[in-house]
Amino acid sequence: MKLSREWLGEFTDIKATDKQFSDALTLSGSKVEGWEIIGEEITGVVVGKVLKIVRHENSDHMWVCTVDLGKDAPVTIVTGAQNISKDDLVPVAVDGSTLPGGITIHTGALRGVESQGMLCSLKELGLDIHDYPYAIENGIFILQEPCKTGDDIKAVLGLNDSVIEFEITSNRPDCLSVIGLARESAATFGTELSLHKPHVSGGAGDISDFLQVEIEDSKLCPRYTAKMVKNIKIAPSPAWMRRRLRASGVRPINNIVDITNYVMLEYGQPMHAFDYSCVKGGKIVVRRAVEGEVLKTLDDKDRAISPEMLVIADAHDPIGLAGVMGGGNSEITEKTNTIVFESANFNGTSVRKTAIALGMRTDASGRFEKGLDPMNTVPAAERACELIELLGAGEVLDGVIDIVAASPKEFRLPLEPGRINALLGTDLDRYFMVKVLEKLDFTMDGNMICVPSFRSDIEHYADIAEEVGRFYGYDKIEPTIFSGTTTRGGFSPKQKFEREISSVCRGMGYFEVMTYSFGSKTAWDKIHLPEKSPLRKAFVIQNPLGEDTSVMRTTALPSMLDVLATNLAKRNMDVKLFELATIYLPADGKELADEQMILTLGAFGKDSGFFELKGCIEALFAALRIKNVRFEAVSDNPSYHPGRYAKIMSGGTVLGVMGQTHPAVADEYGLSVGVYTAELALSAMISCVSAEPTYKPLPRFPAMTRDIAVVCDSSVTAAALTDTMYEAGGDYLENVRLFDVYTGTGIPEGKRSVAFSLTIRAKDQTLTDEHSDEIVKSILTKLEKTHGAVIR
Amino acid sequence: MRKLLQELRDASLTAISCAAGIDELENLRVKYLGKKGELTAILKQMGGLSEQERPVIGQLANEVRELLSGSIDSRREELAAKQLEARLGAEKIDVTLPGKIVNIGKKHPLNTVLDEAKEIFIGMGFTIAEGPEIEYENYNFTKLNTPEGHPARDRQDTFYFTDDDSLLLRTQTSPVQVRVMETQSLPIRVISPGRVYRKDEVDATHSPMFHQIEGLVVDKGITLGDLKGTLNTLVKRLYGENTVTRFRPHHFPFTEPSCEVDVQCFECGGKGCRVCKGEGWIELLGAGMVHPKVLEGCGIDSSVYSGFAFGIGLERMTMRRFNISDLRLIYENDVRFLNQF
Repeated sequence: MKLSREWLGEFTDIKATDKQFSDALTLSGSKVEGWEIIGEEITGVVVGKVLKIVRHENSDHMWVCTVDLGKDAPVTIVTGAQNISKDDLVPVAVDGSTLPGGITIHTGALRGVESQGMLCSLKELGLDIHDYPYAIENGIFILQEPCKTGDDIKAVLGLNDSVIEFEITSNRPDCLSVIGLARESAATFGTELSLHKPHVSGGAGDISDFLQVEIEDSKLCPRYTAKMVKNIKIAPSPAWMRRRLRASGVRPINNIVDITNYVMLEYGQPMHAFDYSCVKGGKIVVRRAVEGEVLKTLDDKDRAISPEMLVIADAHDPIGLAGVMGGGNSEITEKTNTIVFESANFNGTSVRKTAIALGMRTDASGRFEKGLDPMNTVPAAERACELIELLGAGEVLDGVIDIVAASPKEFRLPLEPGRINALLGTDLDRYFMVKVLEKLDFTMDGNMICVPSFRSDIEHYADIAEEVGRFYGYDKIEPTIFSGTTTRGGFSPKQKFEREISSVCRGMGYFEVMTYSFGSKTAWDKIHLPEKSPLRKAFVIQNPLGEDTSVMRTTALPSMLDVLATNLAKRNMDVKLFELATIYLPADGKELADEQMILTLGAFGKDSGFFELKGCIEALFAALRIKNVRFEAVSDNPSYHPGRYAKIMSGGTVLGVMGQTHPAVADEYGLSVGVYTAELALSAMISCVSAEPTYKPLPRFPAMTRDIAVVCDSSVTAAALTDTMYEAGGDYLENVRLFDVYTGTGIPEGKRSVAFSLTIRAKDQTLTDEHSDEIVKSILTKLEKTHGAVIR
Repeated sequence: MRKLLQELRDASLTAISCAAGIDELENLRVKYLGKKGELTAILKQMGGLSEQERPVIGQLANEVRELLSGSIDSRREELAAKQLEARLGAEKIDVTLPGKIVNIGKKHPLNTVLDEAKEIFIGMGFTIAEGPEIEYENYNFTKLNTPEGHPARDRQDTFYFTDDDSLLLRTQTSPVQVRVMETQSLPIRVISPGRVYRKDEVDATHSPMFHQIEGLVVDKGITLGDLKGTLNTLVKRLYGENTVTRFRPHHFPFTEPSCEVDVQCFECGGKGCRVCKGEGWIELLGAGMVHPKVLEGCGIDSSVYSGFAFGIGLERMTMRRFNISDLRLIYENDVRFLNQF
């Protein structure tokens, strides 16, 4: 909402500078976004009178003018404009003057003739044809305003106003008006608010002889007020009105349109004017549209309207879209003689839905949708007619048609100073509270507060507390630290677990990423998710921004592959990433999703490979105290390389999966390198965390180490060999570490040599070499018996 | 014999002081003091001395032994120090050569700032509450005093999953507050950080998904003054002790009175500049006293209890903190970007 301070001055007299005014209003709840001083850039431009015009001696289109500036000696000014005549009053930018756009005018020679300034066009003054319709666009602005030579052009043209731009919150549509903001300003500065009661002379007949109004849907239109004017004379509105409209960001059109806009800005009540000759049957019906009806709106577009939309109709057809825009069929034209002013109250939600459905939000609909004051329709209509008479734009008919389909109820609530102080943390007396409320046009009836009709946002003592608080000043409320019961803050075990994961992953060189929770269904195809996979059942957004953000992810793998691909495309060659990503799984018998957190790891580049990733996962599990972890070779996941993929288990629990991305899937993402990823479920991991350790005495007897190498079929896994060794070694075998796998010369085809380092220790004695050898021998025997593995 | 001893003493002292290495010194020790050494050899002749001479010479011989052994020890220390010095000299390295690279990852900048905020609140006795992102309309709107027909519910602002608009992507983390108020015992001090969703096209300052940190305190006697005190603490912890705040009235459906909190522009100190768009203040967060209707809706007696709530946008906070100019960078996850924080 843009507010002209000059206009504001009509209602309350505030002496503050623009900055003081803005700061104070911001702190009392009407936030100022910024302000603009109109004509700020114009200095030194005065009214001049053209005394003499002669052709420039060196040009066939320029003129040399002698211009009287009201001083002793006239000045000489060269101009290329063709529209000036002797005795014209014109704006003159003299030597050293400034114009909008940071332009400074200096005396200078134009084709050999000295020019002591410049005659200005509208555009050079930052104006256009709508501000001064009598002027021409391409030529000097010939002034028709009352003025004399030497007058400052800013005073003449009213370019001495400031425009303050407010951000008005949705609960205060009353502040989308000069009067509403004047009320707030007067309350803020403690100045007098002088409101004006419109006076209309009328006398041009009685409205009831011409017009009937009927409201069919009182829910969507609680009130409809109409006034009529005949013998209208379409003309430009006067300069003061045009200036105020312009300052408010509204383009002046003609007197009738300007009056409707002026009243909307001043009262906050949208108005509309119909050409009475187009209101067939002399009847206005406010009704829902009939299926299949089409209305051409003022912007010349055919609108297909439907029964949930409210229209203003004549006896036959719609002539306006209620609260949004008038119809082209009833538009005011040069030929219009009689008009109907509509000043109505429409249901905000209905107006908003209509405007959205038709994609045409207007200034009027933007106001209606916030819910306007039904008591404002009559004063606004009266004001419009008063302006008609003031401007001599027509003859107002007597009487008003005012249909109140649903009468508003006066709202009252008790003043409770104790509760208000308790909420604010203040100690204000009742008298102060009453004063604040009265400044805002609330009235008191004993202890009851009568809420004015334009304050439909007030319904609770907390609302009253806000009114009191904001005029006392939030800045004056003492900051305190709440006391009361002490609470114990902290992270939950799950939150601590997540933090630990993040910290370990970072320590291993993985960067944390954050990706969108939604994606595209095409991602499922990209990762070769089987057609029948349950992960293809997802929460689908009905009104997404686009297909690529339409499905809540059921797997976090595509997000990781996307980010890896982005990084490769940016030529980041060695990349390790992790994400704690939520997935959203539909759950049987539940409306809400089963929201699960997945740790995804992803890597490519020089330190990346299956075993590098596996090592990191093992280290992570060790840090998290997840024990007895097994990596099982499976090949049931088409997203992964069938020979380089493992399911990760602890006991019977699946912790997740890891492996090399299937080259065909990597291709889908433009990942031309080997990519390794893991997906681990947090809930599964948490369920496998072993109990906090208790101290065990450190070994008292030394360990022996023995290295062995066995040859066996290549199909025998390292895990199987290791398991067998532990089984055979019993309590003595403390640790088995694989240190070499070899195939090639000396090893038969289909076999491989696997070398282990064994740590052997007894709890109660120092082992002898003989004893150690016996243990190793029993291990070797078992390996041979179970796996056919023979010592190399 | 006395003369022999004196000669031995003089000769050996000279030799010891001239010894160039520890090995040579050891040889000298053996030569003079060893079992078959020269001193022993002299002492063996003591048998031929008189009763009177014997103790005198014996004492002299002991003196010589101690003198020699002491001087050998001190010479050894001297030589050892020299040797160490020589070794250290030889072991000199160029300390400006690069260290062996240990790659370490970084937190995502959003989480860096979020973790800091969490720790501040934990210090004030808060716990961290979580709740579903796919949420009931009832929790996201109705219970938060946002009536039917409110613009925030429009399909052009909120993502829905069902025809009847009953299931949606939460537009704020406030539904978590409702869940906390419905289930937790009083008093309540929680923050609920998390992902929220609004139908905004992606650009430099908008994203259809972003993060909020909301806070909620409900107890007996909670006031707007308490809200100011708590948020001042937060802001000073986040942005420094000298940060100046401004509380100005605003409107949110689920708080009343409501306010927005601005901080004085860090760049210009309030004079007005490009960063604060000339206003001198930068909007930081929204807050207010929990609307008594919301409390009542969650089964809390608003005549006994009151509370305050606040919400901060994490992205905006992070962008300001690290001077990040484009929100899209945050979700692009380029490691060159991530590595900067």
